[in-house]
Amino acid sequence: MRPLNTHYLSLTRKMVLVVMLISIAPMIIFTGIILNQFSASHHEKIYAHLAELVLKHKQNIDGFLEERIHNIRFLADTIEFDHIGENDDIAEKLMRLQSAYGTVFVDLGVINEKGQQVAYAGPFKLEKAQYADADWFKKARENLYFTSDVFLGLRGSPHFIIAVQKTWHGQKWIIRATIDFLSFNRLVEKVRIGETGFAYILNREGQFQTKPIFDFTPTLDIYDPYFFTLKRIGKDVEIQERPDGAGVMSIYVSALLKGGDWLLVYKQASSDAFSDLRNAQTGAVIFILLGGIVIVCLAVWMSNNVVNRIAKADSEKEIMNQQVIETGKLASVGELAAGIAHEINNPVAIMVEEAGWLQDLMEDGAFDNEEDIKEFERALNQIRIQGRRCKEITHKLLSFARKTDSRIEDFEISPLIEEMVALASQRAKFSNIELNTHLDPKLPAISASQSELQQVLLNLINNALDAMDKTGGVLDIIGRQEDESIVIDVADNGPGIPKANLARIFDPFFTTKPVGSGTGLGLSICYGIIHKMGGEITVKSTMDVGTTFSIRIPIQTNDPSEGVVHVTGNED
Amino acid sequence: MTIATIMLVDDEVPFVEAMTKRLKRRDLVVEQAFSGQEALDKLTEGSKTEAVILDVKMPGMDGIETLKAIKAKVPLVEVIMLTGHATVESAIEGMKLGAFDYLLKPCDMDHLIAKVSEAAAKKRQHEDKIINARIQEITARRP
Repeated sequence: MRPLNTHYLSLTRKMVLVVMLISIAPMIIFTGIILNQFSASHHEKIYAHLAELVLKHKQNIDGFLEERIHNIRFLADTIEFDHIGENDDIAEKLMRLQSAYGTVFVDLGVINEKGQQVAYAGPFKLEKAQYADADWFKKARENLYFTSDVFLGLRGSPHFIIAVQKTWHGQKWIIRATIDFLSFNRLVEKVRIGETGFAYILNREGQFQTKPIFDFTPTLDIYDPYFFTLKRIGKDVEIQERPDGAGVMSIYVSALLKGGDWLLVYKQASSDAFSDLRNAQTGAVIFILLGGIVIVCLAVWMSNNVVNRIAKADSEKEIMNQQVIETGKLASVGELAAGIAHEINNPVAIMVEEAGWLQDLMEDGAFDNEEDIKEFERALNQIRIQGRRCKEITHKLLSFARKTDSRIEDFEISPLIEEMVALASQRAKFSNIELNTHLDPKLPAISASQSELQQVLLNLINNALDAMDKTGGVLDIIGRQEDESIVIDVADNGPGIPKANLARIFDPFFTTKPVGSGTGLGLSICYGIIHKMGGEITVKSTMDVGTTFSIRIPIQTNDPSEGVVHVTGNED
Repeated sequence: MTIATIMLVDDEVPFVEAMTKRLKRRDLVVEQAFSGQEALDKLTEGSKTEAVILDVKMPGMDGIETLKAIKAKVPLVEVIMLTGHATVESAIEGMKLGAFDYLLKPCDMDHLIAKVSEAAAKKRQHEDKIINARIQEITARRP
């Protein structure tokens, strides 16, 4: 059990905080660092992968378009322009193309300078179609090879055209092939990654050239810069991460196609692309949380354990301190023993002699004359006097040897000082030491433990007597008031204490007495007792002049709510 | 006939008084001294004291000092140390310094008397030896 003490609570709190700090901080730091590294390298990998993918597809698509152009060019060289429209030449050519390349080529047509289609092969009824006003026709007239954007045209379904110019006999003919939208679309449709990744192609006006998997309207302004930046920078692929029209964070990978007319865009939601990373992050957070909880629990449990032990050790120490004080007291008593034993011995010897004298008288047949009777009375009285002397001496000793009562009470200091001086007076007499007391007549009462103060005073007096034992001297006990304290000086004119020893004189087990006499605990016990009272004990000494120990005790009474619980006496 | 002439040295007055009365009743001549100094003053060359009963613990000159001084002043006088239990060491020290014996306080009267007689006898023996030696010395000088 430990006393409910704010000191122990705050100690526990501090320990828990420290343990938590030194455990959790590194955990978070290291996890953070590792996660950061992983995130960075993961990002890099994903981007690199996507860039490569889009690049490949760009090359794929560009290659496809180029191949178609080459097909038509080659074809153009074999057309019999002289008999154009008169035979099945074109139909045959279309069949050849289709057998070689499948349904990629929808139809084939030859258009003269005026925009009139003079030969046509294909599923639509476009013979004799007029294209003079068609956008694509105008452009086709300007370039040797031309690929159009996807448009509906006369047939009413999405397609795009590859046109090749051929000059024959001074006339510019346009050989035109329609590319199957679905075949082209398939190229781009194939590009799928993850759950939300898909590709599409846009022209400069932001119109879809392919049908995107997910139905959405591209926000034009996002793509504008691409057309310029990519061409300008000369980068093949550009990767950007930004929120889309719906606010979802997405990765846009784009590459220019068809010489800069089209933009291939690959779009994937960021959370989808980086799903591995998100998993790792979630895992890390869970790890930190769990780890944190475990650490906190451990810290609290451990701190409680440790502080409990500290509390137990403290209370054991307190008990031991009390025992040490008891032992010190017994040692003091022991020091007095010699003097007191002699003190008692004398009256006892006298009583024995007087009693013997009475026996002698009785042998001679006393009680006859008055003189003898008077002698009897005198002798018996002397016996009584000496007996009383013995009683007083034993009382003095007993009152001191009584169990230490640490009860704090208000008492006058002067009678206590005089009592101690009386206890030591016999010993002083035999050591040729003059014992004087100078006590201020109006010393106020103090609040302290009487028996503990007795022990302190007796210890100081005994030490002074020890110092002057061989040489004799003068020992003054002075009691006076200074401000809010009472000061007691124990001043001797003995040999003094060397400066080197003065610093350590209150240390436990420090003694200059020979082995066997004195434990060295006396002054350290005095120090502890006086400090417990809220006072202070100091020493001044000059070699060959003397030593003065001063005790200063505050006068005001102790606040009982502040006091620590005392161990009241030992039971034995 | 007196058994011996002794001096009691102790600072406890009632003790000395009671002892004196009892010893006088037993045919001893008793002189009193209440301090070491007083004892020394009274132990002059011509004093008849044969033995000194000396308390070990006294204020002023203590027992050991007094013993040394007595042995220096009147070496033939025997000294018996008187001690309470606590100062047996001092008594033994006294023996080394030339005390005759030591007695415990409180005393057994018969034991005390016996010791005193022994001490006095020893002193007389020594004195006789010295006198004989002197006589022999003088007679030897004569041709």
